[in-house]
Amino acid sequence: MDNPVGEQVKSGLLPTPGLASGAMTAKAVRPSRRLGWISLRISWYVVLTVFSVVLALPFFWLVSTSLKARGTEFLVPPQWIPQPIEWDNYRIALFESGLPFTTFLVNTVLITTFNLIGSLVVGSLVGFGFARLRFPGRQTLFLCVLSTMMLPGVVTLIPSYLLFKTFGWVNTWLPLIVPTYFGGGAFNVFLFRQYFLTIPRDLDEAARMDGASTWQIYGRIALPLAGPVLATVAIFSFLDNWNNFLGALIYLNSLDKMTLAVGLQAFQGVRQSDWNLMMAAATIMVIPVMALFLFTQRYFMRGIVMTGMGGR
Amino acid sequence: MIRSAPTGLSAAPKRRSALLRQEAIDGYLCILPWVVGFVIFTAGPMLASGYLAFTQYDIAFAPKFIGLANFQQLLFGDPLFWLSLYNTAYFTFLFVPLHLLFALIAALALNLRVRGISVYRLIFYIPSITPTVASAFLWMWIFNPDYGLANAVLGIAGLPPQKWLFSETLAKPSFIILSLWGLGSAMIIFLAGLQAVPESLHEAAAIDGAGVLGRFWHVTLPMLTPVIFFNLVIGIIGSFQIFTTAFIATQGGPDNATLFYVLYLYNQGFQFLHMGYASALAWVLFLIILGFTFVQVQVSNRWVYYEGGTDG
Repeated sequence: MDNPVGEQVKSGLLPTPGLASGAMTAKAVRPSRRLGWISLRISWYVVLTVFSVVLALPFFWLVSTSLKARGTEFLVPPQWIPQPIEWDNYRIALFESGLPFTTFLVNTVLITTFNLIGSLVVGSLVGFGFARLRFPGRQTLFLCVLSTMMLPGVVTLIPSYLLFKTFGWVNTWLPLIVPTYFGGGAFNVFLFRQYFLTIPRDLDEAARMDGASTWQIYGRIALPLAGPVLATVAIFSFLDNWNNFLGALIYLNSLDKMTLAVGLQAFQGVRQSDWNLMMAAATIMVIPVMALFLFTQRYFMRGIVMTGMGGR
Repeated sequence: MIRSAPTGLSAAPKRRSALLRQEAIDGYLCILPWVVGFVIFTAGPMLASGYLAFTQYDIAFAPKFIGLANFQQLLFGDPLFWLSLYNTAYFTFLFVPLHLLFALIAALALNLRVRGISVYRLIFYIPSITPTVASAFLWMWIFNPDYGLANAVLGIAGLPPQKWLFSETLAKPSFIILSLWGLGSAMIIFLAGLQAVPESLHEAAAIDGAGVLGRFWHVTLPMLTPVIFFNLVIGIIGSFQIFTTAFIATQGGPDNATLFYVLYLYNQGFQFLHMGYASALAWVLFLIILGFTFVQVQVSNRWVYYEGGTDG
């Protein structure tokens, strides 16, 4: 159960020699086997190609439409490569759509940043407590963390709204930010705990012998070693907040407070038939996510693997 | 003997227990933010929602206790409750198996050491991190009856155009198609599971004369069952809560064909301000999801293979 996460990660996404060595054995056996292997390999390429085309096409369509001049998105049959390429769509979507799109962008960046910091600081502290310190009730409380991970968010939707309404927090960012600072998110706590469990206990014991306090161990030993999991949590926190729609929909109702997710929805109301502009606006929301993914692929994959394997 | 123990030794346990107490105090301090958050933002709202489910509450006036009336109403007097449940079940039970199947095929195709496999992995994965609002926009455009990519593709195949999201019969299948686009994260979990299958097992099976399919059926698949189980549980919990895409793309239409459960709950709570009734809906959903998860866990020990015991 408490399988060292680091190990899984190390073994997780490295290319395995699995099928390659299968080829060797097949070669050694019989010609008919070999033929079977070749046809299998070909069908593998077919599967890969079909999947790639089907999955990439919508994306291509998104970017392609976002660059089409007004009206050319309605041509039948459709133009695959826009003629002419209209970069101006992005300027219009950002500055002249009739909505404060740059405000949405700034708001989203701010909320995401606040929550990113909160989930890193608080999540790591709570995870550290569950992983490295012994206290009565620890197991039971950790079970509570796990069960909140499985809890459908909808169940607490109405009373949370009513709670924040009594606080007078509706149409502020507080309902979207404050909860992060109280717990850091169950999933993040889980990730941190699993990671801290893999750090050898001797380090703590030795530090304690030398008179280090818990907080020094947390700050000087645990955190500096937690680079990979900090990165993973940061990425997922970013994604969650960048994408958060329902929360923003319920709590934010004036344009100057809105995030991209709900702002984009408002965009739909204003520019309903300008599909090229809508696609440009959507692309603007997608670009930071893609950029983040391209630069941090390793941590992305690790995070997903950690969730999956955590469920074992 | 005890009496004659040197003072140095009797002081040590005392110091040790003081250390343990300090550790426990520090432990509670570490997890304190989570405990407070859990009480205020999870457990409290859960209980409140449990109470509200038995009341009539429209925010303007204080909640009025009405016993089981909400539940009676939704079970016996509310066709939309049953319709939304049907829509959601339709979506879940078609989407989740297809999702697992395609994600598994994609993972199998990617679990091969060939040149350029990381590019394929990128293409397969990227749709799953596209922000939901952006992907909802994109798919509304793809499914556009007059100018959409979907009908263009059908046209190339010589098939008649469809109305997709605007068709009562095709609206739910359209949601399944657009949701399948995001198979990436389940795929990565499968991929990690595939790469965790020990090579020695494959070799042993190959020596025993098992072909590629035989090894897949008798080695890979059984070793993969815990990951399949995880993706199944997570998939069902997630699909029961489908909301954002439907909210943006169809608002439940045409003729309530895509009125999914959470969308209906949202309408009841935030459009009609039936907070009590919406809380009852939330609890019913919670119980349904809990029931499904429970049954899956119960049934899992018949088909899920855990290496090294059945303690999973």
